[in-house]
Amino acid sequence: MPWLPIAIFLTVCIGIILIRVFLGPTHPDRLVGLDTINTLVIVSMVIMGAAFDEVIYIDVAIVYALLSFVTTLFIAKYLEKGKF
Amino acid sequence: MVLNIFTYIFIVIGCFFNVLAAVGLHRFPDVYTRLHAGTKCTTFGSIFLIGAVIMQSIGIWVAEGGSSPQSVLTIHAIIALIAILLTNPTSAHAMSRAAHRSGVKPAKAVIDDLEKKKKE
Repeated sequence: MPWLPIAIFLTVCIGIILIRVFLGPTHPDRLVGLDTINTLVIVSMVIMGAAFDEVIYIDVAIVYALLSFVTTLFIAKYLEKGKF
Repeated sequence: MVLNIFTYIFIVIGCFFNVLAAVGLHRFPDVYTRLHAGTKCTTFGSIFLIGAVIMQSIGIWVAEGGSSPQSVLTIHAIIALIAILLTNPTSAHAMSRAAHRSGVKPAKAVIDDLEKKKKE
């Protein structure tokens, strides 16, 4: 299976989305870009785990998924009220 | 061999939807439509890409039989998929609520029912 080219392809996608994070006119735009990047990073970590036959990469992906979820919720709460 | 063909089909579908998410984030006019592209397409694409990983490792697991190291990889990939499926829609909901409450208006919208409801 060509797992490594798929991981590079996803990295290119992350680069395209990163432009939106820098450009984004409003702050929620940047937050949406960040959340999309988080999902793509999780997927590419799982694919790297399959490419190198390392289970530890997939464990890192699970922890990253849960932590990025908490981060997104915190930033959303901050945007909602203007303070923590 | 049939499993191999299905894995390739899953990879193509997953990559296609992830590219759609990246393009949609640039093409859509405002936050709410970008959220539509950014979260739904990546969730769908990651289901198929991680499904391809799960399928391939299940194929190796069946071929080797018993307690091969691929069994751990399969189960952990399924757990990662469940984590994505649970957290991604929830964070999309939180982001859209935060965007509306922080005062970002939908582009070219004529009717905003939520705003009317909040004023009542």
